[in-house]
Amino acid sequence: MLTKRIIPCLDIKNGRTVKGVNFVELRDAGDPVELAKIYADNYADELVFLDISATEERRKTLAKLVEDIAKHINIPFTVGGGISSVEDVALLLKSGADKVSINSAAVKNPQLISEVAKRFGSQCVVVAIDAKQIDGNWKVHLVGGKQPTDIDLLEWAKEVQELGAGEILFTSMNHDGTKAGFANEALAKLSEELHIPIIASGGAGNVKHFEDTFKLGKADAALAASVFHFKEIDISDLKKELKTNGISIRI
Amino acid sequence: MKIAIIDYGAGNVKSIEFALQRLGYESELTSDAETIKTADRVIFPGVGEASSAMNMLKSTGLDTVIPNLKQPVLGICLGMQLMCNHCEEGDTKGLDIFDVDVVKFKTDLKVPQVGWNIIFDLKSELFTNIAENSYMYLVHSYYVPTHKNSIATSDYGLNYSVALHKDNFYGVQFHPEKSGKLGEEILKNFINLNIRSTK
Repeated sequence: MLTKRIIPCLDIKNGRTVKGVNFVELRDAGDPVELAKIYADNYADELVFLDISATEERRKTLAKLVEDIAKHINIPFTVGGGISSVEDVALLLKSGADKVSINSAAVKNPQLISEVAKRFGSQCVVVAIDAKQIDGNWKVHLVGGKQPTDIDLLEWAKEVQELGAGEILFTSMNHDGTKAGFANEALAKLSEELHIPIIASGGAGNVKHFEDTFKLGKADAALAASVFHFKEIDISDLKKELKTNGISIRI
Repeated sequence: MKIAIIDYGAGNVKSIEFALQRLGYESELTSDAETIKTADRVIFPGVGEASSAMNMLKSTGLDTVIPNLKQPVLGICLGMQLMCNHCEEGDTKGLDIFDVDVVKFKTDLKVPQVGWNIIFDLKSELFTNIAENSYMYLVHSYYVPTHKNSIATSDYGLNYSVALHKDNFYGVQFHPEKSGKLGEEILKNFINLNIRSTK
């Protein structure tokens, strides 16, 4: 049986991990490759690297980092942040990334999804959607959630599936950073209406939240950052507990 | 040991090269027929869409080279699928190495299947030191039905072939280069295959 995936997310700026980390065994807490190796050895199922730097040199630095990650990491990983063209994608895949995550650029230019899917296959296209529930309606937001749009979450999700997205990474801005659990109602709706896998993001605070997002939210994978970085949750302990509670999981 | 990774423009071949490096083996990404024919081991990767991948193979003439190779050959993911007779994806004629057709998942489960699933009924040296029900990473919408050449099975709504073997040809649907330490073990087993035992 296919297992549910646990995915740590690392924020990268100028080739370094940004968010504070307190892994005592790390020689260099800012080295994304070191951190990624610990996660991979700890049975993380995949990794996501989100580049948040904004310099001109960004693309080159990121490509070099991706190659370094690919050399040392033996599980799949996704790279996202500022990807806006087929050339951006080609460079990252050529450097060794398995998948790319496209966010704002997909909204501004939906054809980018189909172009990437056609050239490199749907399996490498993750469309990231940030959305916020306003007066009961889920609206897509851009530029890291700063810019609201009138686009409905479910309609956009269906459209990106049609365009060739292989997976959807849905972040609820209402839940992100709260540590109060994932947006399970919206996630379940997405999962029921779509046939591609849905990755839940935003709100992880404890083990029960992961269990709920798989059982109630029907998510195929769950992504989190700080609870893993700050060792509030150990990935292998989390996975053992999920398995004990009847979730199909790889340990 | 000379290992050739067939490079015909299909997807992320770097990760296979890197996985071999972690095991201490150098390899060469190549589309050159002579280099491929004279290698000790050949890896035939592939991600993406079947008909366009097949067209790229044809444009380099490798579609006639691969079926005639004599050394151990390992097809990975789409590489394995193209070694079969026919792929439903893009109505693609395959390389006729494995006498079976690749078909699309018809299931209520999500398609593509993305993630880690177990492999069982392991019947090959390729799986030396790999326990039954080990987890491997898979991404695919099309599958090979259970078949006489099957050397491993998985389950996604139904049982299907997740690895094939015939003569010197091997194929795996999962990505050994992305399946952690156990995946690397399978690549190591492939390199260590005794060719005489494959005849």
